[in-house]
Amino acid sequence: MEIKLTLNGKPLSASVAPDCMLLDFLREHGCYSVKRGCDTSNCGLCTVLMDGKPVLSCSVLAVRADGHSVQTLEGLQEEAKDFVGFIADQGSDQCGFCNPGFVMNTIALLRENPDPTDDEIRAYLAGNLCRCSGYDGQLRGIRSYLNSRKG
Amino acid sequence: MEQRQYKTVGKSIRKKDSMQLLLGKAVYTDDVTPKDALVVKILRSPHANAMVRSINTAVAKKVPGVVDVYTWEDVPQTRFAIAGQTYPEPSPYDRLIIDRHVRFVGDVVAIIAAETEKAAEKAKKLIKVEYDILEPVLDFRTAKDNKILVHPEGDWFPPCQVGGDPKRNLVASETNFHGDVDAVMADCDIVLDRTYHTKAFNQAMMETFRTYTDLDRYGRLHVISSTQIVFHCRRILSRALGIPKSRIRVEKPRIGGGFGAKQTAVCEVYPAFVTLKTGRAAQLIYTREESQIAGSPRHEMEIRVRLGASKDGKIRVLDLYTLSNTGAYGEHGPTTVGLSGHKSIPLYTGGLEAYRFSYDVVYTNLQAAGAYRGYGATQGIFALETTVNELAEQLGMDPTVIRDMNMVKEGMVMPAYYGEVANACALDRCMEHCRQMFGWAEKYPVRDMGNGKVRAAGVAMAMQGSCISHVDVGSATVKLSDDGTYNLIIGAADMGTGCDTILAQMVAECMDCDVDDVAVFGADTDVSPYDSGSYASSTTYITGKAVEKACTDLRKQICAVAAEMMNCQPEEVVFEGKQVRRVNTQQTVSLEDISYKSQVFNNQAVQVTATHSSPVSPPPYMVGMVEIELDKETGQVTILDYMAVVDCGIPVNPALARTQTEGGLVQGIGHTLMENVTYDHNGRPMESSFMQYKLPTRLDMGKLKVEFEHSYEPTGPFGAKSIGEIVINTPAPAIVHAIYRATGVWHREIPVTPEKIAMSLPENQ
Repeated sequence: MEIKLTLNGKPLSASVAPDCMLLDFLREHGCYSVKRGCDTSNCGLCTVLMDGKPVLSCSVLAVRADGHSVQTLEGLQEEAKDFVGFIADQGSDQCGFCNPGFVMNTIALLRENPDPTDDEIRAYLAGNLCRCSGYDGQLRGIRSYLNSRKG
Repeated sequence: MEQRQYKTVGKSIRKKDSMQLLLGKAVYTDDVTPKDALVVKILRSPHANAMVRSINTAVAKKVPGVVDVYTWEDVPQTRFAIAGQTYPEPSPYDRLIIDRHVRFVGDVVAIIAAETEKAAEKAKKLIKVEYDILEPVLDFRTAKDNKILVHPEGDWFPPCQVGGDPKRNLVASETNFHGDVDAVMADCDIVLDRTYHTKAFNQAMMETFRTYTDLDRYGRLHVISSTQIVFHCRRILSRALGIPKSRIRVEKPRIGGGFGAKQTAVCEVYPAFVTLKTGRAAQLIYTREESQIAGSPRHEMEIRVRLGASKDGKIRVLDLYTLSNTGAYGEHGPTTVGLSGHKSIPLYTGGLEAYRFSYDVVYTNLQAAGAYRGYGATQGIFALETTVNELAEQLGMDPTVIRDMNMVKEGMVMPAYYGEVANACALDRCMEHCRQMFGWAEKYPVRDMGNGKVRAAGVAMAMQGSCISHVDVGSATVKLSDDGTYNLIIGAADMGTGCDTILAQMVAECMDCDVDDVAVFGADTDVSPYDSGSYASSTTYITGKAVEKACTDLRKQICAVAAEMMNCQPEEVVFEGKQVRRVNTQQTVSLEDISYKSQVFNNQAVQVTATHSSPVSPPPYMVGMVEIELDKETGQVTILDYMAVVDCGIPVNPALARTQTEGGLVQGIGHTLMENVTYDHNGRPMESSFMQYKLPTRLDMGKLKVEFEHSYEPTGPFGAKSIGEIVINTPAPAIVHAIYRATGVWHREIPVTPEKIAMSLPENQ
């Protein structure tokens, strides 16, 4: 099937199989930040933005992106750089495999709610699993970023 | 306590690869390998114990895009072990690449190589297999001396004698003791005899097992794998495939988590076999289901603890028997079990008069177990710490006080720990620190919240090792680069733990430079100096010491070149980091000039490879305390606070040590309350995805607080011991203790699910 979409700001036309998942489509188009962790929509590693909203690309058919705008971490480097250094300072990047999905969902969170409470952060990111960090350092990192913005 | 001031060691600096990881750069196996590789898929057995009577691949091979399909008839017939251990491995050689005898649901029946995943999957469905189904051994309590043998084959081979006997389904068996256990036990005021059961748990690292293979420009087998053990992997492949080690190169890119799972060569052999057969690049990526059902989870254990004490709370004697379930194959079976006693009993060295520790490790027709953070210590510590908590409750003593009385203290000889001396031990300070920080006095009493919910607290101690003494080898190459910076080349594997960074911190400390002046590379069997690999908590302690040694020698080499430049003897110059000075003069040469000189008419190397092994394995120690809220109606346990104080010697990078601790605590909370591996009556695994295998989310872990009590380990680099594994050991006993406090019921099997708690309450029975 032929689809047209905007990928990280650039128009793209492609021929895709009807059963091709958006995750595989994005990796085939060089977006290696998008990771597969589970196949069952449980881990959040494959989170990308479709029309600005976070979706699990393992569970979205590529054809569903037809006519839409898709953003991966490759296209949001500057927005991510604003805050990921604070997470690095906590040492909670760890193995890094869950980082892109977690960072994408954090971008979505901060666009939606620029000043979240700790509980709001936990709730919004609850679907992003991390097996290394124990989550606390990620929270501390986001919190210190938010504090830095308040001056 | 001896403790120097360091410039770089002890600082919480960012990991060297932080920004690459956080910005999603392509750094993992599947990101960096060519995309035209053959897709490798595996047909797996639906039966727990069966012989392949016939297998017909003719139709499958005709699927467009399928390159070949391999069965048991196509593979070498040399048995091997996939455990990443130093040769000769304690794990038996009990595997073939494909065995006609399949021994668990998920065992390999056929290997498919195809141009696309779709073709491979289609072919998988078209392979026709007839099985002679055999009765399986599914209960590890009945495996020993069962009439059904998991490994009846004649060519089963143990590289080490560890008490195994396949004719008894036995992989290993041993007893050791110190003192007269029976006499002391008979003389005790109180004897507790308790049996515990810990289930298998999956590491569930976010990146599943995966390996890429091709033939390099010299026609050698080139393996890019997500592995903790590049050198062991090379040796394993050599034996399994029947090709010389010199024909194999193994490297690892970034690893998406390991936790011990990738200390076993779980999937490497299959694409490697395909590449040798076809001459083409091949890649195998395990699905999450495959990682769950055919991975390398924690050994299920049943542990009987007999504890003898005096009525005033002095623990006089301990007698442990562990029965360990290694599953269908013996990877890490003979070694994990040892830690269940040797890394639990020494915690109570204080007044211990005698101990005995014996074990059996048995085969069953279930998924083969392997290495998982904690490596048997986790299971043993759950059993022993829970028994000690029960002793305290029976005697009406504060369980922290009973530990004050009995714990190992600095300077003690630990008979149950191979007679090693506790050189650096701040366990007593950890306990006091944790008690204060946690507010034990206020939280230990049970508080009924008046809404069906009860708050209560629990405590546990833990230890681990810092390497495998007398075995592990760590090496580091440090060389001076053109511009006066350094290259550090290692064979240890940073799997997110941050070893690339903390080892660079050690170079910076020794060479008096900035961490940014140290470029790190690892790991590649063609390039890296030999290292056993990253496991057994050894990288900081062993490879770190090799780094320190290498730097010491490199400074001498740099001084030798500088002395030549200044026309003096090496003894007349001092190394000052950015330059070398001739003593008592203003004459200096810069490091940059030295490095250029080393490239012109020079016979003095400015690169050093150093190697380190240790005759001891100094334990790190810790204390964990938890406060829970338990809902008596539903059995739901909510973690409110988890506090841990860790003695890992000198933390090289406190932020990374803290994160290691927090991550270990949350994994421990997971296996205590929600994670589980279960099988149906046919041996079929039930938790094949993250739908059923419940990992803790960020809503499940409560508030974590982690602090450190420093000790100085004289045999470690900069006083450091280990941190990676110990941190998973306290949650199970501490939470089970708190559940007892809240309900009056001791749960001696983990996980303790809400259902189990609710059903155990007297009002529900």
